[in-house]
Amino acid sequence: MTMSFANGLAALRPRIDAPVAAFLSSCVRCGLCAEACLFHTETGDPKYAPIMKLEPLRRLWSQEFTVMGRLGRALGLSKPMSDEDFARWEELVYDSCTLCGRCSLACPVGNDLTLMIRKLREGMVAAGHSPEGLRKAAHRALTDISPVGVGAQSARKLIAAQSREVGIPIEIDKHGADWLVLISSMEYIAFPEMLGALARLFKAAGQTWTIASDAYEATNVGVQIGSCDVARAIVARTVDAAHRLGVKGVVTPECGHAYQALRWEGPNLMGQAFDFEVIHLIDLLDRWRAEGRLKTKGKSGLRLTYHDPCQTSRRGGLDPQARRLLNLVAEDFVETSDPGPWNWCCGGGGGVSANPRARDLRFKVFAAKKRQLEAVRPDAVVTTCSNCRNVLEESLEHWGMELPVLSLTELVAEYLDEVPS
Amino acid sequence: MSLLLWAKGPGFALAAVLFLLGTAMRLAEILRLGRGTDLARPRGAAGGQALRTVFSRFLPAPGLFARSPVVHAGGYVFHIGLLVVVIGYGPHLAVLGIGGRGLPAGLIDGVTLLTMAAMTALLAARLRDPVKRLISGPGDYGAWGLVFLPLATGFLLVNRVLLPFEPLLALHLLSVEVMLALLPFTKLVHAFTFVLARGYAGAIAGRKGAHS
Ligand code: SF4
Ligand code: SF4
Repeated sequence: MTMSFANGLAALRPRIDAPVAAFLSSCVRCGLCAEACLFHTETGDPKYAPIMKLEPLRRLWSQEFTVMGRLGRALGLSKPMSDEDFARWEELVYDSCTLCGRCSLACPVGNDLTLMIRKLREGMVAAGHSPEGLRKAAHRALTDISPVGVGAQSARKLIAAQSREVGIPIEIDKHGADWLVLISSMEYIAFPEMLGALARLFKAAGQTWTIASDAYEATNVGVQIGSCDVARAIVARTVDAAHRLGVKGVVTPECGHAYQALRWEGPNLMGQAFDFEVIHLIDLLDRWRAEGRLKTKGKSGLRLTYHDPCQTSRRGGLDPQARRLLNLVAEDFVETSDPGPWNWCCGGGGGVSANPRARDLRFKVFAAKKRQLEAVRPDAVVTTCSNCRNVLEESLEHWGMELPVLSLTELVAEYLDEVPS
Repeated sequence: MSLLLWAKGPGFALAAVLFLLGTAMRLAEILRLGRGTDLARPRGAAGGQALRTVFSRFLPAPGLFARSPVVHAGGYVFHIGLLVVVIGYGPHLAVLGIGGRGLPAGLIDGVTLLTMAAMTALLAARLRDPVKRLISGPGDYGAWGLVFLPLATGFLLVNRVLLPFEPLLALHLLSVEVMLALLPFTKLVHAFTFVLARGYAGAIAGRKGAHS
């Protein structure tokens, strides 16, 4: 047994808890999870069946955590796991799973396959079988803060430029601000206007906010690659900054997995409950809407539809919030088929968009989203995840579709009634 | 001792013991692993959603019935049919100590045939569909046989086909006993563990205020 293989098994064993054992005990091999997964529906390849992606985890559980499995192994009836198994499953576990959660919602016995694939990645990465693109991103995130190489100086410049653009100061490291706001990698490199939109929204709502010079990034590549050590180090930066600056809460940006990483995995990774609130930007905006803090004027006349990011809608439950905000600013909002919890993934979540090897496959499986969009023929598609936004733009271009992709936050900011000076 | 007497006495007792101990062992195997305490502040109610999910997953997921009609239609007919035959047939009620007359024999006969037809369709789907073929192993085909045999022998018994009453009754009892004895050690254990699986999934999502 090689060292890395042993590490992989050692990292995976503690992930097998009662829910995992209940899920694996209950699978009836009906194959319905495959019918819910875009990687199977769009390619027709049976190997992409979600339950198939879990085979290394299932075998480890069966061979070491069940009496019958242990007996079978002792009698030589089952083949022991090997490094080869991890190696063979790398593509299935990373390239063909966006952790979108659709399979988990479809399984008739209730198996949360997505949760298990996330756990399996812990073993894969410890065994040394993870995609190079994600490994490099994780390395950059640990050494330079940003997984895409936006250094602190570049971030400062972008923030200053947007502050000038909207004429509202954006303070860095402001002690005692109400909120510490995280910005996603994609927003820095592709959608910096988000910073200006945030400045206008916080001002309109009468709330103070800041960006931390040492925790200005929300992206948690540790959660994507499946390394709790990397994930913990990234979460720790934000927790330290929140304490140092004495903020009341931390706002995660328009990004699905960043929300899951900090809001739900964060306290468990750190081993303690947070003494500050963590809230997704859309949840906060909707709260302000309900409190009457967000006064908008006019509505967009465009025919708008909404792309539900998997981690905020299906696995986050923030789909009603997004729709309430959309209806605030959209005159002609049209739902696609399978809205909200059942939406189809953009194809690039869960680290897939950071994995160049998976590019062609993710373009292929975008066909599901394409059909949804073509059926409602919108003028633009709105979303609340900057990674989805970028993946949607790339995939639309790949398929030769001209369709603007908008941020809901930026849209709401655009229709703000007077921002007080 | 004749086969029938063995099946009625020691065979039944043995099967019952294996069934009860095996099921207890499987449940203990799951529950002893426990769950870490979730330190994230809840955003929704875990308990309520756990309970709701146990029931809501009886309904098909949107759009999936059309994509997999045989699994859905066959699955419903098979599960409901099996339940009706097991607890609706008078002699079964007597064995279970419940009493009562049960449903008319003709109806039970029809439901048995329908249930076997559904199972046959499900088996055909398993053999034909590339996904199901890929994810199926001997355990899946074996479990199918374990459930089909009691239905088939029961039908033959009630209609006195092929063999005289006594050997048929012995075969029927034995097939039920084999199924009971092996249930905990095959995927048939989902008859119990599905409550845990759905409950956990509901609780995990419910705490986040997410969908399940
Ligand atoms: S849908 Fe659930 S029960 Fe069916 S094969 Fe997939 S994991 Fe197993
Ligand atoms: S989480 Fe999404 S992409 Fe991954 S296996 Fe399930 S349905 Fe497929």
